Amino acid sequence: MIQARGKAPLMILIPAFNEEGAVGEVIRELHAYHPDLPVLVVDDGSADGTRSVAQKAGADVITVPYHLGLGGCVQAGYRLAFDLGFQYVIRLDGDGQHDPAYVGRILGALQTSGAQMVIGSRYVDGEGEHTSFARGVGIVFFRWFLGLILGKKVHDPTSGFVGVNRQALEVFARSFPLEYPEIEALVVLQRLTFRFEEVPVKMRPRMAGESTITAVRSFYYVLHVLLGVLVNILKYQGSKRRP
Amino acid sequence: MDRLLSITAGLSILLIVVVLFNIRRAHIRVEYSVSWLGAAVAMLGLSQSPWTLYRLGHLMGIENPALCLLLLLLALLLMVFFRFSVIISDLKDSNIALTQKVGILEYKLNALHEKLESTDRK
Repeated sequence: MIQARGKAPLMILIPAFNEEGAVGEVIRELHAYHPDLPVLVVDDGSADGTRSVAQKAGADVITVPYHLGLGGCVQAGYRLAFDLGFQYVIRLDGDGQHDPAYVGRILGALQTSGAQMVIGSRYVDGEGEHTSFARGVGIVFFRWFLGLILGKKVHDPTSGFVGVNRQALEVFARSFPLEYPEIEALVVLQRLTFRFEEVPVKMRPRMAGESTITAVRSFYYVLHVLLGVLVNILKYQGSKRRP
Repeated sequence: MDRLLSITAGLSILLIVVVLFNIRRAHIRVEYSVSWLGAAVAMLGLSQSPWTLYRLGHLMGIENPALCLLLLLLALLLMVFFRFSVIISDLKDSNIALTQKVGILEYKLNALHEKLESTDRK
């Protein structure tokens, strides 16, 4: 079982759903950069060999009994990390889009910036490769929308390459948006007067599989996130620092 | 109007019978039948009291008591559906938390088994 060792233990969290084609390579890449880093894969009820591939590559694996969706899956990992005493958790996708070379940069920002959350952003230095047209439009819209709410520009609000410290971990272990968590999580942090920072990263095309976001789902995504943001504003209204 | 009231009374009684029958066969839990029974009793009460319908209609600015009855039935059903939305949301949250705990516990249990096996081998 993974263990939190050292003064400021870090855990890597990889939510994965039917990612047998990529997740093994992602773990091997991670271990090439950081050989002793504990890696937890949360297998979201995959129908393929995600679990065995991840285990063979050297990760610990939680398999949830049925498909929870991204948020439920990530929250399971946050819960275990918090229980085990980890100080930092960095989440990256199991499809290979997030380059493990940037884990050190995100961890460094978490340790030095004082922010509770650090986002690996593909746009913070003006670059923005490897995203679809629909997603690009969504990012521009939510960048503007979140700027109004957060009072701070978020270059890459839909990035799932995210690190959190123990303060944010405690909040997210208890309550985490379920379906499309990235944007709602930012609003939750802002309502609790927590801070986030962005650091530049480069993203790659997915190694295998296909994105689950279709045109119809993109429309649903926008509506769902808008409603979720509103709900979180109301939910945390007047409860600064009290999740 | 009288025919509408009779139909409403008949439907109310039918609903009460169906709900009670399903409680008896354990298809519905008692706590979730309360909303339906409450709505059915309210429908039955309204259908048996045209005077109440006239008064309520007058208060709502509706001269036609049949329209008033339909609006009240709609309101009752909306309340029942809303209550069930709240219950389903609670159940989903509990289900997700439970699923996560099962996954985490299974992971810890497997780790313990592996540890025990390696201790036995030594």
